[in-house]
Amino acid sequence: MSTQATHAQQAVVDKVIEIEILRYRPEQDEKPFPQGFEIPYHPDMSILEALQYIKDHLDSSVSFRWSCRMAICGSCGLMVNNIPKLGCKAFLRDYYPQKVTLEALANFPIERDLVVVMDDFIKKLEEIKPYIIPERDEKCLSEGTYQQTPEQMEKYAKFSMCINCGLCYSACPQYGLDKSFTGPAALALLARYNRDSRDAGSAERMKIVNQEQGVWSCTFVGYCSVVCPKGVDPAAAIQLLKVESSKDYLIGMFKPD
Amino acid sequence: MQIIKTDVAIIGAGGSGLRAAIEIAENYPQLNVALISKVYPMRSHTVAAEGGAAGVVQDSDSLDQHFDDTVSGGDWLCEQDVVQYFVENAAKQLTQLEHWGCPWSRKADGNINVRAFGGMKKERTWFAADKSGFHILHTLFQTSLKHPKITRFDEHFCLDLVVEDNKIQGVVILDIAEGEAKLIQAKSVIMATGGAGRVYTYNTNGGIVTGDGMSLAYRHGVALRDMEFIQYHPTGLPGSGILMTEGCRGEGGVLINKNGYRYLQDYGLGPETPLGQPKNKHMELGPRDKISQCFWQEQQKGNVITGDRGDVVYLDLRHLGKAKINERLPFIRELAKAYVGVDPVHEPIPVRPTVHYTMGGIATDAKTATSLTGLYAIGECASVGLHGANRLGSNSLSELAVFGQLAGQQAAEYAQQTEHQATQPLQEKAQKIIARTEALLNSNGSEKMADIRQEMGDCMEEGVGIYRIQASMQKTIDTLAELKVRYQHIKINDKSSVFNTEFLYAIELGYLLDTAEAIAHSAIARQESRGSHQRIDEFNTRNDVHFLKHSLAYYQADKAPIIKYSDVTITRSQPAERVYGAASETKEK
Repeated sequence: MSTQATHAQQAVVDKVIEIEILRYRPEQDEKPFPQGFEIPYHPDMSILEALQYIKDHLDSSVSFRWSCRMAICGSCGLMVNNIPKLGCKAFLRDYYPQKVTLEALANFPIERDLVVVMDDFIKKLEEIKPYIIPERDEKCLSEGTYQQTPEQMEKYAKFSMCINCGLCYSACPQYGLDKSFTGPAALALLARYNRDSRDAGSAERMKIVNQEQGVWSCTFVGYCSVVCPKGVDPAAAIQLLKVESSKDYLIGMFKPD
Repeated sequence: MQIIKTDVAIIGAGGSGLRAAIEIAENYPQLNVALISKVYPMRSHTVAAEGGAAGVVQDSDSLDQHFDDTVSGGDWLCEQDVVQYFVENAAKQLTQLEHWGCPWSRKADGNINVRAFGGMKKERTWFAADKSGFHILHTLFQTSLKHPKITRFDEHFCLDLVVEDNKIQGVVILDIAEGEAKLIQAKSVIMATGGAGRVYTYNTNGGIVTGDGMSLAYRHGVALRDMEFIQYHPTGLPGSGILMTEGCRGEGGVLINKNGYRYLQDYGLGPETPLGQPKNKHMELGPRDKISQCFWQEQQKGNVITGDRGDVVYLDLRHLGKAKINERLPFIRELAKAYVGVDPVHEPIPVRPTVHYTMGGIATDAKTATSLTGLYAIGECASVGLHGANRLGSNSLSELAVFGQLAGQQAAEYAQQTEHQATQPLQEKAQKIIARTEALLNSNGSEKMADIRQEMGDCMEEGVGIYRIQASMQKTIDTLAELKVRYQHIKINDKSSVFNTEFLYAIELGYLLDTAEAIAHSAIARQESRGSHQRIDEFNTRNDVHFLKHSLAYYQADKAPIIKYSDVTITRSQPAERVYGAASETKEK
C-alpha cells in the first residue's frame, strides 16, 4: 500500500503538462478562443486542481465553478478532451504526457470561460414536480415516519443519486438538437419520485412524461448513463418511463377521459 | 440599482436556509421570501455531510441521554435550555424530512435505521447510507420548489447588510452572472451562510465555506461567540482533507498506528473493544476532539506513518467486508479509491485530522435572534449554544432541521408585525456599499491574493490547531494583523463584470481574514483547556471558576477585536469530569 501511495504522490517536478482552455469573456472577446498553459505535472492532481493552479499562479481571470472537490456538489462539470467530466474527479495522470483540452460543457450556452448558463437545466428540474405529492390522508408528524422497506427504497434509490452536474445534458445528442427535450437528469428525478412508495403524484407527472418533449424524444443513445459520475443511469430511468407511458397510452385507448 | 421588496430575506440556501424558507412558505403563505445563495442551492456545503443526523428513536434511548451526551460532549459549554429544545425536536424534524422524501436508510421491516456515532451513548444517528447531507439538501431543495412564494436568487453574492434605525432592513447582493447589484429590502433577514473552515489550509470544507455571514454580522456589531472552538475531524484524507465519515467507525472501523496498534486505548478511551464490535463512547466511538488529540500525541511519539502526503494513521474497514462497505459506506469507498488510490475493502485508508467545523458563530438567543433587531442566524454560521466546546457528530444535521424551522417561524412572526420603512435611506446606504465594492474591484496594489490566503491558512494551522500555546497563538495574531494590512494592497487583474470569480475570491478573503482574527483572539484570551481548545502551556486544564463562560468577539475596525464573556445557561447538568471508555462506566455506577 505504501509503495502505491508513494508512487501516486511523487511530485515529478521537472515534468510539465500542457492545458489548453477555451476562453470566452463576453465583454471583451468576440468569440471563444483557446489559451494554452504549462503547469507542473503531479499524477495526483485533478483537473480542478490544475485550474486552481492556473488561476492562482498564471492567469487569475480564468473563471470556473467549483466547491466540494469530492464529486458531490456537482459544480465543476466541463469538457475534458471533449468528454463531459467533473473536474474534481478527472486526474492528470490519465492524460499525461498528452495535452489536456478544457472547454465549457457542450450543449449549454457559455456564460464565461468554463462557466455555462444553467437556467434551462434548472428550469427543467423545477418543472417535473420533484417532491413528494402525498396521498389525500397525509400522515401527521406525530404519527411517525412512513414505512418503506429496503426493497421499496431500492426501486428509486439509484435515481435519487443525481448531483445535478449537467454532464448528461452535455452528452445527450437529442438535447443538443432540441432544447425543449426534458432531458436525462430531470426524467431520472421524475422517475425517482414516481417510484417512491410514499408518493401519489405519478398521474400528474406522467403528463410531462407523455409529452412529445418527454420520454419519446429520447432515441436511446445511452451516452447520458456512460458519462454520469454517480451511476444514476438516466437512460434506464427513461426506458422505465417509456414502459409506463405506453401503458398510459393503452389504458387511454380503452378508457377515454 | 434594482430594488426588490420582500418580507423575509434568507442568505444561504443550504440545509438550514432551505428549511427556514419552507417553514415560512408553508405556514405564513401571505409572506414573500427571498432565498439568496452565492451558488445553486444544491451546491451548498450541507451536500458533503456524510454520517447522519441525531434524533432519539429507540425505546432503550431517551431524550435525557441525548442531552447528557451533548452537554458533556461540549465540555459543559452548551446552553442547556437550547440543548433541551433540540433533543425534544430532533426526531420530529427528521421525521418531517422523511415525509418530504428523504431516503433515510431502513431496517428490513421498513422502519428508520440508526447507527452508532462518536460520543453518543446510544445508536441514534439517522443516516442515508453515507450521503446523509446530500439527501437532506436535495430533499429540501426539491421540496422548496413546491412553493411559489419562495423567490430564489441563485448565484447572487451578499455584499453587505443594510442597517438603518438600529435594525436590519435589507441586504445588497451582486448578481454574479450579470455583475449587477440589487437591493433586497426586507423586514427580517435570516443568516444561513455556513461555517468558515476555509480559514485553515487543511479542511474538509468546500471552497465556498468562507465565513461570509459571520463576518457580515460581526462587522455590524453582532458578537461572534465561542469562535476559539474549531473542530478537527479525526479522519480526513491526507493532502486534500476530504472527509471519511465518522460513520466508518460507527459501523466498526478502527484506527491503527504504524505498528498496527489501536492506540486510542492509551488515551483514556479503552479498553480495546473486539474487532467488529464497536462500543458506544469507547475507543473509536470517542468524541472528535479527543480522537484528533490522540493523533497529535501519536505523532509526537513517532507512531504515525510518514507518507508523501504527510503524517497519517490508518482507518481500517477491511473486517467489515465488501457487502457491508457497499451498503453502508459506498461513497467512502468511491472517495478513497479516487483520491488516495485505496480500496478500503482490501487496504486501510490513510487519514489525518483536518479542520471540519466551527462550533462558534454569530451569537443568537435560544430562538435564533441576534442582537441586531430583525436579524436571525442558523446553522454553522450561528452559535445558538448547542455545541459548546466540541460538537458531537450528527448533531449538526439535526440542528439545521430544528433551528431552521424555528428561525423560519421567528423571522416570519417578526416580519408580520413590521412594516417596510422608507426606501430612500436604504438606497443611499446601498449606493455607498456599491461604491465601496467598486473601489475593491479597482484594487491595483502589488499583493497576490493567493499568497495571503495560503499564509492565513498556514498560520491558523500553526497557532490555533489541535494543541495551542501562548507564543504560537500570539504569532498567528501578529501574522493575521500583517495579512490584513497586505489585503489593503491586493491586486485584482480582472475588472470585468460577468462571472468575475477573482473579484469574488477577493471579497471572500476579506471575510476569511476577519473570521480568522476572531478565532485567534478568542483562543488566546481563553486561559484554560476545554473541548477542542486545548493548550499545552500553563493553561492545560479546564478552569470552571473563570472560564465556564462563552467568549464574545466584537469587531473593531482596523484594530484587534474586543473579547468579552457571558454566562452559560445551566439547567440540570452541573459541570463534571468529562470521561469516556471504562471511566464513563465507572462514573455511571
